[in-house]
Amino acid sequence: MISRMDISLSINSRPYELDVDVRKSLMDVLRELGYTSVKHGCGVGECGACTVLVDDVAVDSCLYLAVWAKGRNVRTVEGECRDGKLSAVQEAYVEEGAVQCGFCTPGLIMSSTSFIEKNSGTRPSREEIAKGHAGNLCRCTGYQTIINAVENAIKK
Amino acid sequence: MAVGQSHIRKDVRAKVTGKTRYTDDFSMPGMLQAKYVRSPVAHALVKSIDTSAALAISGVEAVFTHADVPKNVYPTAGHPFSLDPDHQDVADRLLLTDHVRFHGDEVAIVVARDLLTAAKAAQLVKVEYEELPVCVNSAAAMAEGAPAIHDGGNIIKSTSFETGGTFSDAEKKAVTVVEGSFSTPIILHCHLENHTAYAYMDDNDHLVIVSSTQIPHICRRIVGQALDMPWPKIRVIKPYIGGGFGNKQDVVLEPMVAFLTTKLGGLPVKLELEREEGLVATRTRHSQTVTVRAGVSRDGTLKFLDLNVISNTGAYASHGHSIPMAAGSKSCNLYPKAVTRFSATTHYANIPAAGAMRAYGSPQLFFGLESVIEEVAREIGMDSVDFRIKNSARAGDILAKTGDLKHSVAMIECLEKGRELISWDSRKKQYADQQGPLLRGLGVASFSYGSGTYPACVEIAGCRLVLNQDGTIHMQIGATEIGQGSDTALAQMAAETLGVEYQAIHVVSEQDTDVTPFDPGAYASRQTYVTAPAVQQAAEKLKKRILGHCQLMTGEDPGNLDLQLGKIIQRGSPEKVVVDLTELALDSYYHKERGGQITAEVSAKTCTNAPSYGCTFVDLEVDVEMCTVSIHEIINVHDAGKIIHPLSAEGQVHGGMAMGIGMALFEELLVDPESGWIFNGNLLDYKIPTSVDIPELKSAFVDTFDPTSPYGNKSLGEPPAISQGPAIRNAIWDATGVKINEIPMTPKVLFKHFKDAGLI
Amino acid sequence: MFPIEKYHYASSVIDAVQALAADEKARVIAGGTDVLVRLHGGNSDYASLVDVNGLHELKEIRQDGEGNIFIGALATCTEIIEHELIQKHTPMIVQSLGTIGGPQVRNCATMGGNICNGAVSADSACAALIYEFDLLIEGVKGERIESINGFHTGPGRTLLQQGDILKAFRIRPPNYKGVLASYQKYAMRGAMDIATIGCGVGLTMDDERISTLKLAFTVAAPTPIRCSNAEKAVANRAVTEETLELLTEALVDDVRPRESWRAGKEFRLHIIKTLARKGLRQAAEMQEELT
Repeated sequence: MISRMDISLSINSRPYELDVDVRKSLMDVLRELGYTSVKHGCGVGECGACTVLVDDVAVDSCLYLAVWAKGRNVRTVEGECRDGKLSAVQEAYVEEGAVQCGFCTPGLIMSSTSFIEKNSGTRPSREEIAKGHAGNLCRCTGYQTIINAVENAIKK
Repeated sequence: MAVGQSHIRKDVRAKVTGKTRYTDDFSMPGMLQAKYVRSPVAHALVKSIDTSAALAISGVEAVFTHADVPKNVYPTAGHPFSLDPDHQDVADRLLLTDHVRFHGDEVAIVVARDLLTAAKAAQLVKVEYEELPVCVNSAAAMAEGAPAIHDGGNIIKSTSFETGGTFSDAEKKAVTVVEGSFSTPIILHCHLENHTAYAYMDDNDHLVIVSSTQIPHICRRIVGQALDMPWPKIRVIKPYIGGGFGNKQDVVLEPMVAFLTTKLGGLPVKLELEREEGLVATRTRHSQTVTVRAGVSRDGTLKFLDLNVISNTGAYASHGHSIPMAAGSKSCNLYPKAVTRFSATTHYANIPAAGAMRAYGSPQLFFGLESVIEEVAREIGMDSVDFRIKNSARAGDILAKTGDLKHSVAMIECLEKGRELISWDSRKKQYADQQGPLLRGLGVASFSYGSGTYPACVEIAGCRLVLNQDGTIHMQIGATEIGQGSDTALAQMAAETLGVEYQAIHVVSEQDTDVTPFDPGAYASRQTYVTAPAVQQAAEKLKKRILGHCQLMTGEDPGNLDLQLGKIIQRGSPEKVVVDLTELALDSYYHKERGGQITAEVSAKTCTNAPSYGCTFVDLEVDVEMCTVSIHEIINVHDAGKIIHPLSAEGQVHGGMAMGIGMALFEELLVDPESGWIFNGNLLDYKIPTSVDIPELKSAFVDTFDPTSPYGNKSLGEPPAISQGPAIRNAIWDATGVKINEIPMTPKVLFKHFKDAGLI
Repeated sequence: MFPIEKYHYASSVIDAVQALAADEKARVIAGGTDVLVRLHGGNSDYASLVDVNGLHELKEIRQDGEGNIFIGALATCTEIIEHELIQKHTPMIVQSLGTIGGPQVRNCATMGGNICNGAVSADSACAALIYEFDLLIEGVKGERIESINGFHTGPGRTLLQQGDILKAFRIRPPNYKGVLASYQKYAMRGAMDIATIGCGVGLTMDDERISTLKLAFTVAAPTPIRCSNAEKAVANRAVTEETLELLTEALVDDVRPRESWRAGKEFRLHIIKTLARKGLRQAAEMQEELT
C-alpha cells in the first residue's frame, strides 16, 4: 500500500506539477529532474552535500520527503547563476579558492546563501559563520577559504 | 607569466554552478543497480548461501555468490605494473569470497532494476557462516598459532634497510639515547563522494567502465587481471571526482561492475556504495605501532635513528607493505646525516583493508619520529627548534634513497620562519611557569616527503596538445584532477612554455583510457612534478610546429620568431606581430595545400624524486579538568619548490592541516578487539572535524626552485597532512608535562593519561 | 528512496490519533531527522508512517494570560530558537536547541521529536527537566497532560502509548521566572554530534544563598534525569568550594553512567562532576553579575 501524491511546487522559480512516490526524498526527485548539483553524500543528514533551500530555509534534501515540498519554492545552486552571472556567493567562492573537489560545493553555497540572506545587514563573526556552516562537511579545504568566501560575499 | 599566479581555476565556475558531472550524474536507460551482501561477522567461512528468496522478488535480475565469480586472484593497489614479479602487488582478492575476513566483507551481490529492490533482496539472501577466531590487533594477528586469515599466514612481509653509514658505529657514538613506542588508529578518508562505478558493453568483447577513480589506467589493467581479459578491451572513463585522498587509488568496485555487465548481456550495471559501506568496505589508513630509538652525541648531533613499524593492513593486502617502506625511505630525507636503520612488518588482521591515504604512511611514522626528536632535544637541554635546525637536511646533503645532491632543500628556513611566525622564543618564556587547569603549550614537528615513487616505481606521464581553429589549445593529460587543482597547474605550465594566455588553454579534464595519454594517475604527491616535463616538452614541440607553420605562411625563419601571448612575433620585438595565432590556426586547418592540424604529444619518464620539506608549529591550550585541547594558533611552513598557483597551494595546505588535526584529535575507526565488530562506521560516529572544530589555519612557504623540475616545483598535495599529530602531542607535553604516545588525543585518551599522571 | 510500506498524511490531530491507533506498527513522522535516518538504515520498525506535517496548529509558540508558555510539538528547533518569547523567558531552550546537529537539521527537527523519541542524549531534555515541561497529549481516550518528570521511562521509551500525539509543551511561570538556567553539552565535536554528557543547571538564589538548584543530566543514566540528592545537598548554601564538593559527592548517588565504546564509565563520571561544578559556579557568577 504505497501511495503517490500529486504535488505542485517550483524549483528555482520554474513551476512543476509532479506525481510523486511518497517514498522519495526531495534529493531523489531533484536529481531525477536534472538538478544534479544536489549531491548524495550520506543520505542521513550528516554531510550537507544535498543542501537546498525550501522557501529559503536550508534543509538536507536527503532527509526531506519530496511530498513536503508541496506548494513551496525549492532553490538549488543551478538557479543561483542568473543570465550567466554568478551570484555574489558563487563569485566569492571562486575568488577565495573555496572550491577543490567541488562535491560539497553546491550544498555549501546554498548554506552560505541562506546564512547571508538571514543575516543581511549584520556583520557576523567568523565563529558565527563557522556555526552557520557546521552542517556541511568538507574534507578538502579545512573550511578556512569557505569562511573567507562568506565574509567576502557579505561585503559584496 | 602564467606560472606563479593564482589564475581562476579551470573547473571552478562549473563547480559553483553545479555543472560539473560526477559519475552518479550520468545515467543510462535500463541501468541496473547492484547491492552487495555483506558479512555481519569478521572472520568466518561461508557454509551455504540461499538466494531463492532474493531471486523471488520482482525486479531482481540476478544474484551472484563466490561460486559464480572467476577464480583469478588479483591485486587492488593502485601501483603501476612492475616488470619485476617480486615487486608486484599481493594478489589476494576474488570478486566475492567464501572466506569472510572482516565485518562487511562481500559474500554475494544482487542486481535489480532499482536500488530499493536490490537492497531489499540483499537482506533476503540467507548466508550460513562458520565463525572463526578473530584477530583484530597486531599482537593477536602475529601471535604464534593465530588463525590464518590468508593461506601462508598473517605476516605479509618483513623487511629492513640501513642508510647513511654503518649503524653499529653510529650507535657507539651516541651518548644520549631515547626510545619511545607510539600507536596510531585506523583512519578513514571520508571524501564527500562515495565510491561509485558503472559498466556496460559496447561490443561482444569490449566493455566500458565509468568510475570515480584516481587511477583510470591502472584500473584498466587490474580489471583485465581480475576478469582475465586483454587490457585494451577495457575502457575506463573518469569524470570529475568528489575527492579521493588515496581511497580511490585502489581498484574497489570496477572489477565487479565489469563482471556483472559481462554476465548480464552487456546491460549497464551500477554499483554505488552507501556512505556506511564506503567507510568500512573500501580502504583505510593503516593503524601502526611505531617504535623509535634516537641517539645523540655530546654536542647535540643526531647520530642514529632506529625506526621500526608494525603495520596492520587488515583483511586484504591492498598497498600493504609499500606503506611503511615508502614512509621509511621518505623520512630519510629529513636528518640525512644520521645513520638510519629502518625495519617494518606488515600483517593481515580481521579489520577493514588498509590502503593508500594522503601522505602514505608518513603521518604515522613521523608521529613517532618527531615525538622522539622532541624528547632527545629536551633530554639534552636543547631548544627543540634549535635541535632540529642543527640536524636537519641542507642543500648538498646526499639523500639516502636516491643518492641525489642537486635538489633544493629549505628545511632549516622553514623552521626559522615558523619560529618567528609563532613568536616561539617569547611564548616559550611566557608559558614557562603556569598553574591551574588551563595550560598553554607550544609544539613543533618537521617532515620530509618525496615527489613521486621513483626509484620504487616507474614515473611516467603524458601530455597531448592540439591547436584549435580559434587559436586556443586543447590539453589532454593522463594526470587526473581529483580536486587538488592539477588541471589548473598544468595549464599554467603549458601556457608559460607555449607563450599563450592561461585562458587559451582548455584542459580536457575527463580521462578516458582509450583516448588519454598514458599516466598511472593521482597519487604519491607526484602529478605536478612528474607531469611537468611532459607538459614542457609537448609545449616546446607544439610551439616549434606553430612557428614552422608560420614559416610556411610568411617565409620567416622560425629561428627569428617567438610566440608571446598568442601572437607570433619577431624574436626580441614583441611589438612586431608577424601573424596572430588565430589566423595561423585557421590557415593550418583549412589552407588547401599547406599545413595540417597542429598537435604535439609527449610521454616522459621522470628519474628523479625531489624531496619536499616543512613543519607544523602549534600553540594550544589544554583544559585539564575538561580533558580538552583547543588550538590557539597553528602554522604550516613548506618548502615545495616553486609555487605554481599560490591560492591552490594554500588550499592544499589548509586541507592537509585539517586532515592532520582530525587525525591528531578526533578520528578513529573503533573495532571490537574480541569480535571484530565495527562500532562507528558512519559519519556521525566517525568524527571528521566540522567547520567549528578547525581553528584558523595559517600557511607559509619558503620559495625555492628545484633544479630537477622544469618549473622548479616539488610535491605539495600530501605533505601538509603529516606533522600536526606530533606537533600537537609535543605541545600537550609542553603544556601539561604529560607525554601522550597515541593518537587520536581525544578527551577520553587525555582523561586516561591525565589521571595516570595525577593531574585529575 | 526510503523503504516506506504504508504512509498516511494526517488531516487533523484526531485523524492522526486514529491512524496510529488503527495500526500498531504505525509511527509518527514529524521533522524526519530521526525517522528517515532509521528508514535509510533499513529499520523496518518505521515502515508504516503517520505524517503529521500538515497539522499546522501544532507549530504554534505562544504565551497565555497567566504567563504559561506553549511550544507546539511541530515547531522546529530553529523556529523555537528564533522566537522572542523563548529568547526572553526560557533562554536555556535556545541554548540547548542550538547545540543540536547543524543548521539544516535544526531547520527540520522538532523539539517534540527530540523529547518523544526517548533518546538518552536528547539535547532539549535538560531544559525540559529544568523548566519542568508539561506535555499536552492527545490520545485515544482524549487529551491528557503528563509531566516531564517521569516521562522518560528507559532508553528510547516514554509514557507515550500507541495512538498518542504530543500536541505542545507547556511551561508554567514558577518554573521559568527568576530561574537562571543554562546547558553545557560535552561532545566529541563542536557540532553534528550527540552529547557524551549533557548538563543543565537551573538556579534561583536568595541573597547569597542557593534557594533552589535544579540539576539535570543526559547520558548519565538510562534516561535524562534530575539529581535530587545533589540538589538537596546544596540547598540554602552559598556557592563555595565546599558546596561544590558536597554537590559532586551527592551527585554520585544520582547518576548511573554506562560503559560503552563511546566513552568509559569512569570518564563519564569525571565529566559529570566537572560539568556540575562548572555549571553551578557559572550560574552563581551570572547571578552575581545580575544583582
